[in-house]
Amino acid sequence: MTTYETVIGLEVHAQLATRTKMFCGCRAAFGAEPNTQTCPVCQGMPGSLPVINRRAIEFGIMTALAIGCRVNAHNRFARKHYYYPDMPKNYQISQYEEPLAEHGHLVIDGGGGPRDIGIQRLHLEEDVGKLLHEGALETAQSSNVDFNRAGVPLMEIVSKPDLRSPDEAAAYLKSLRAILVYLRVCDGNMEEGSMRCDANISLRPVGQAEYGTKVEIKNMNSFRNVRDALDYEIRRQTRALETGERIVQETRLWDPDRAVTVSMRSKEFAHDYRYFPEPDLPPLDVQPAWIDEMRARLPELPGARRARFQADYALSAYEADILTQGRGLADYFEEAARGSGKPKAVANWVLNELLREVPADDDRAVAASPIPPAHLVGLLHLMDDGTISGKIAKDVFEKMFRSGETAEAIVRREGLTQVADEGALGAAVDSVLAAHPKVVDDYKAGKKAAMGFLVGQVMKSTQGKANPGVVNRLLMEKLPKV
Amino acid sequence: MGALTSLTAHELAARYRRGEATPTAAVTEYLARIAALDPQVRAFLTVTREDALRRAAEADARFRAGTPRGALDGVPIALKDVLCTRGIRSTCGSKILDGFVPPYDATVVARLFDAGAIMLGKLNMDEFAMGSSTEHSGYFTTRNPWDLARVPGGSSGGASAAVAADMAALTLGTDTGGSIRQPAAFSGVLGLKPTYGRVSRYGLIAFASSLDQIGPFAKDGEDAALMLQTIAGPDPMDSTSIGVPVPDYTAALRGGIEGLRLGVPAEYFIDGMDPEVERAVREAIVTLEKLGARTEPVSLPHTEYGLAAYYVIAPAEASSNLARYDGVKYGLRVPGARDLIDMYSKTRAAGFGTEVKRRVMLGTYALSAGYYDAYYGQAQKVRTLVRRDFQQAFERVDLIVAPTTPGVAFKMGEKEDPIQMYLNDIFTIPVNLAGLPGVSIPGGFTQAGLPIGLQLIGRAFDEALLLRAVHAYQQVTTWHTRKPPLTT
Amino acid sequence: MTSGARISLKDVEHVARLARLELSADEKERMRKELDGILSYIDKLRALDTAGVEPTSHAVPLTNVMRDDTEVASLPQDEMLANAPDRHGEMFRVPKIIEE
Ligand SMILES: [Mg+2]
Ligand SMILES: [Zn+2]
Repeated sequence: MTTYETVIGLEVHAQLATRTKMFCGCRAAFGAEPNTQTCPVCQGMPGSLPVINRRAIEFGIMTALAIGCRVNAHNRFARKHYYYPDMPKNYQISQYEEPLAEHGHLVIDGGGGPRDIGIQRLHLEEDVGKLLHEGALETAQSSNVDFNRAGVPLMEIVSKPDLRSPDEAAAYLKSLRAILVYLRVCDGNMEEGSMRCDANISLRPVGQAEYGTKVEIKNMNSFRNVRDALDYEIRRQTRALETGERIVQETRLWDPDRAVTVSMRSKEFAHDYRYFPEPDLPPLDVQPAWIDEMRARLPELPGARRARFQADYALSAYEADILTQGRGLADYFEEAARGSGKPKAVANWVLNELLREVPADDDRAVAASPIPPAHLVGLLHLMDDGTISGKIAKDVFEKMFRSGETAEAIVRREGLTQVADEGALGAAVDSVLAAHPKVVDDYKAGKKAAMGFLVGQVMKSTQGKANPGVVNRLLMEKLPKV
Repeated sequence: MGALTSLTAHELAARYRRGEATPTAAVTEYLARIAALDPQVRAFLTVTREDALRRAAEADARFRAGTPRGALDGVPIALKDVLCTRGIRSTCGSKILDGFVPPYDATVVARLFDAGAIMLGKLNMDEFAMGSSTEHSGYFTTRNPWDLARVPGGSSGGASAAVAADMAALTLGTDTGGSIRQPAAFSGVLGLKPTYGRVSRYGLIAFASSLDQIGPFAKDGEDAALMLQTIAGPDPMDSTSIGVPVPDYTAALRGGIEGLRLGVPAEYFIDGMDPEVERAVREAIVTLEKLGARTEPVSLPHTEYGLAAYYVIAPAEASSNLARYDGVKYGLRVPGARDLIDMYSKTRAAGFGTEVKRRVMLGTYALSAGYYDAYYGQAQKVRTLVRRDFQQAFERVDLIVAPTTPGVAFKMGEKEDPIQMYLNDIFTIPVNLAGLPGVSIPGGFTQAGLPIGLQLIGRAFDEALLLRAVHAYQQVTTWHTRKPPLTT
Repeated sequence: MTSGARISLKDVEHVARLARLELSADEKERMRKELDGILSYIDKLRALDTAGVEPTSHAVPLTNVMRDDTEVASLPQDEMLANAPDRHGEMFRVPKIIEE
């Protein structure tokens, strides 16, 4: 029986984080009342004309550089024609023969070690409006259009068919998303649709050079969906191939509820987009000086930062990977690490405590954390100078997160300082020894484990404030004398 | 003193300044003349009476206060209905935009209003500016004031007829393949197509984006200079408008044409053209020589290909620009459709006239898979050759002089065959393909008393020189002062 | 496309569909004849040797015309909806959508 190789290419549409739309000054923000963010331009009114948003082009160039694309010195917009009610002009201003950038690559790790995935092209275009069906699309008797989103800048990034598994597809999406978010050109929110992904997937017998018939899959609005949809499609196509039925080149929609892909039965009339150069927009001429200016704006990217974290701070690959998932978190970590001089400890606190409260890749949440890096540094100092124990520190962290106060303030107010004073502790030790003669005997009989119990009792009697080191020493001194 | 409606804009403005007339008096006279004559001429799709009287009263006050806004303050104008006017129906001559009320003013409209000009109404045109006679208007055909049985030319036929019939002091039209110059020639008025990019297209309902340009119809060169001065200059809303400095066109009128080098293109004097037109143009050339211009023959060898290239490029761009008229956002929607596609197809079938359908089909075909290179791609290359023709000619001459059209105004219904109709534009189209400025002025009349158009073509952004030549010619000729035999 | 008809009735139907134009039977036939006439006129373009000739898409060459990413007030909702042939609340209503 033949075994098949999976061939996947991804087409990602990322909504650019510009203030205004691609070709007009309307706000691009998401979530406003229907048709309150439109004007003659983005509603395609007769007589209106587009004007290019410079920041959108700059975001495109920055992204192109980050994924190793060649920026085309001469590139231009073109009109792509098809009729759909969410597209005001019934053509989309996009880029066709002369895209902004081409020939990039992205290193991913889908489990099988790092792999280089080719990127075919990166181009800019305008988004369409929102269609709200009265019921399901199939049954709706009418639909309604809100043009607020129409004209919002989109960046389309098309990979080569280099991905070989759903895991690789997910890994590709994850690292692409990380880059876009690092560059602050897209908020990367798949659920809200600011990052959308379509896939082309085909199967071919292992060893065969030419590709099999590809199927396009749409409507996968989360990483999980992408993996599930591709898994399902592999099963479906494998079954088809094995039962000798031919795969139809078509577009299929992922239905997350039924966990199946459904054919759109729409290709009986092949699209003919009739592209031609947009006559309302002069071409773009991207000179080296402009590219250099954009390159200078690039932050350190996730891959490089991960490597540096391992080298400079002696972190494990695992730690570095998580700490670099968001640019905000990575900045947080570095600030605290430098402030405290204890990167390893900071890494532990961030991984084990902070990330319980905030998502690693959510820059806004990290920035809004009630415990800024300086406060974490303060907490670590209190541990170092023995003011508080590690156990107390965990509680203090909790309180810091709830109140936003510094560790010092909380420890002072609640008198959580460790008792290191031998006099006070001596008394506590004596009473514990007196209260547990049996355990004392066991210890003397050689049961060293008994020591742990006694330390615990002393800690308990001091509500954990006792300095464990001192307690141990006192017990060692006193036990023989009992 | 004579009727205010018979004056040029600059004469009228002078009377305002001298306190011999008021904008309200002029607007009232114009509205009365429109009421009396337009039932015959049918130039207006919409008359904005109240709006005009309100603006006139405001202008009166400015003159009383001694603070007029400038040369066009209080001057009654009218606009081709291709231009968007805030709160006023703008149909582009099409049923598919019947009842469309734009929420914004075209840039040129805003500039004219800022200058104090007073709009009397919106003017008839061939639907979406596709035509040479206004017979393709979705509403009615405008008549030629010189012979009501004939067409005024097109597509800006309402705009040329309104000036010819003294129903507006100045009007604006648009020229994509001759739609200002050809009706100017047929109607016996001045029509100026500026350089592509000289005047903002924002608010001009697009026909062919890479060719469309807005320009004035006027009674003489001085008036054209005033209008161009007001509308010219770059606009941040139009990425194809260009920041070349705008000279003082009125000042540029003076100086004469002594020593000016005039090119006469052999290709613009063809077999089958109206002999009366050729004779008039040759005489006009002699007149220009008497004024000190030196003429020499030039060659524009790709002229015959211009028309063919135009009939690929313009329909292709039009098929795209007109895709938005689908019954969803504005304009006509045919009720009772089975589904969306059915609504689209029925609405567009009912809303567009035959000429528009023909060009939308032609353009869609030319752009469709497998034909792009053979048609659109090739036409864009031919366009380069046409541009080169002019560049080479302008290395030797300062202006090109030629007939505007091979013939004069034809009778309504006379040109049934599309290509016969298209051939009207053979001398005007190459200028659009090259993006150059061109003007048509009255250069004589036929025995039958029909106007003949004289066309002058200039270098890019050299409208000033065109206007100076026009002014010099009009100082020694009277064709532009003749009035059509209209009786109310 | 040497001799004979340059455009068939099937072509006309395909293009009419692309252009979302409903044409009656005789409209189609008339359209076919007229387009055929115009196309044969246009065919003179093919005679011309344009090897090595750059296409002109804009008569006046310009590049990098851009605006800053600064907000301009949108138009009021009621003004942007005022021309709608059919509405549902604050949205444009369209008939049943069936994929082609
Ligand atoms: Mg796209
Ligand atoms: Zn807008």
